[in-house]
Amino acid sequence: MSDDQVLVRVQGLKKHFPITRGIIIQRQVGAVRAVDGITFDIYRQETLGLVGESGCGKTTAGRTILQLYRPTAGRVIFDGTDLTSLKGNAMRHMRQRMQMIFQDPYASLNPRMTISRIISEPLRVHKLASGPEQVERVQELLRLVRLNPRFINRYPHEFSGGQRQRIGIARALASNPDFIVCDEPISALDVSIQAQVVNLLEDLQDQLGLTYLFIAHDLSMVRHICDRVAVMYLGLIVELAAKDELYDHPLHPYTQALLSAVPVPDPKVERKRRRIILEGDVPSPVNPPSGCRFHTRCARAQELCSQQEPAWRDVGGGHFVACHLV
Amino acid sequence: METTGESLALGVSGEAEPPPLSPRQLIWRRFRRHKMAVAGIFMLIFLILYSVVGALFVSESYANYTDTTKRLQPPSAEHPFGTDTVGRDILARTIYGGQISLLIGLFAVLVETVVGVLIGAIAGYYGGAIDSILMRFTEAMFNIPQLFLLLVMAKFFAGKIPTIQLLGRTFSGSVIVIILILGLTSWMYLARIVRADFLSLKEREFILAARTIGTSNLEIIVQHILPNSMAPIIVSATLGVASAILSEAYISFLGLGVQPPTATWGNMLDGAYNYIDSAPWLWIFPGTLIVLTVLAINFVGDGLRDALDPRTLAA
Repeated sequence: MSDDQVLVRVQGLKKHFPITRGIIIQRQVGAVRAVDGITFDIYRQETLGLVGESGCGKTTAGRTILQLYRPTAGRVIFDGTDLTSLKGNAMRHMRQRMQMIFQDPYASLNPRMTISRIISEPLRVHKLASGPEQVERVQELLRLVRLNPRFINRYPHEFSGGQRQRIGIARALASNPDFIVCDEPISALDVSIQAQVVNLLEDLQDQLGLTYLFIAHDLSMVRHICDRVAVMYLGLIVELAAKDELYDHPLHPYTQALLSAVPVPDPKVERKRRRIILEGDVPSPVNPPSGCRFHTRCARAQELCSQQEPAWRDVGGGHFVACHLV
Repeated sequence: METTGESLALGVSGEAEPPPLSPRQLIWRRFRRHKMAVAGIFMLIFLILYSVVGALFVSESYANYTDTTKRLQPPSAEHPFGTDTVGRDILARTIYGGQISLLIGLFAVLVETVVGVLIGAIAGYYGGAIDSILMRFTEAMFNIPQLFLLLVMAKFFAGKIPTIQLLGRTFSGSVIVIILILGLTSWMYLARIVRADFLSLKEREFILAARTIGTSNLEIIVQHILPNSMAPIIVSATLGVASAILSEAYISFLGLGVQPPTATWGNMLDGAYNYIDSAPWLWIFPGTLIVLTVLAINFVGDGLRDALDPRTLAA
């Protein structure tokens, strides 16, 4: 795709959290390499899924892209601007164009603020509306996320999880952003509510032309909502492809293992299906394995895998993979 | 608007703005349900009226007028609370002493709270080196015995601040000194509480959400974190008023507090220890007033803590 279709370009992004020792004089004794060099593009108005096991760095990746954590290395180019070079007010100003929806709808709303104050915060911070105009905008946003606009003076604890998540969505939409990072927005919700929220996110994308980075671990949901999917393992992206391509022709052994774990809603197929069981736990991101990080759990690992890190390459048609065996 | 099952269940109809209770009304509503807190408010109002309205009936010069021929008289029609060791009217002195004691309590806590919250908030929010420096300083202050600190500061500042005229009254400079000393020697505990609260609150997801929006650090501290740590601050402030009144009493006792003839409930107790049995009116009246004030303030603080928390039931 050409450059002007790319909204967010992530290049070699790394985020290491230092491990320090010492009370007054702190010295660094190591680092948690939560995100260790990821490169991908997010196209305008698409939904890019980011999947992986717990602790593989998905959330850190999302937060580092939004510059909530300062990256250790690499660049994030948002609509032509390098975010990693922005400081202070310039970055704060840029934030109205990129927002986030959080995983836990109970923790992400300030319990001391009314819904009106929560949703209008972006309007106040970026001076987008004030007075009656602001109230009107808040009510409009509530209608947009299908909540009753009468609720503006209530507090978050008066709402259910699904309603709270919609309040979080309304807040994210208040400043008319182009790009929203959805950090597991449905994994804390009841299954019955999940569909509501996902449909809402899809409708909003159509109405407002939003671009999503959708972080999740529910592979069926990702297949439903995303256009392209990236698979992360231990701080690195191992495979990225269009949704159907990835689900029908997974190339990386890790992706194959993940997909084999998704249940198929057909007993006949389910009985014949062969699952790939991964042995052992995810290695520590403080001291990741040499070479290919997956070689310690990979059934097809060869000698080369433990010695050399596989290159991130396009195997055709925008299907990227990092594996020696492909 | 699409009517969801949830909004139906809540019995909602129409799009009209509700006449909702403002947060302040809700707080008042919850506060009102706290019987003891309401009683505390009335008691405080009574005590304030006692020392303010009472002053309309007796003059300050009368409160400070000594007549050694009438010393240590028990309560009578002329002197309803009796007289003290130099023949001053105790009723009049509790009225004027009340003004000073309440003033000292409130303003010392104001100083304490401002300093404590400022230091605790900055240390907790920014962390790192700033936190280390501020907390080592706080610990250093903690490790100096408060009495010693009070005495040194009282001695140091004594007489350096002139008397001031305010609202047609003369305040001894020593009142200002005591307020500052009490405030500046008692903020450490609060600073630690606030820091600990800020440390945990700043990691909450709604703070991250505010940062995502682009909210500045100052706004995050003032609008997001501070309201969530109000409860310990209020509790500490209420207890602070009581302990400031008591601390004032004991530095007055050592002759370094508010200088006579200006009365405070604290310094009225000073001479009383020689007459615990023989002239109990010397300590009963100011003592009772101190106890009532401290109790009332604590009840109010309790009620406020519950009322300010929107998670306690609203209705």
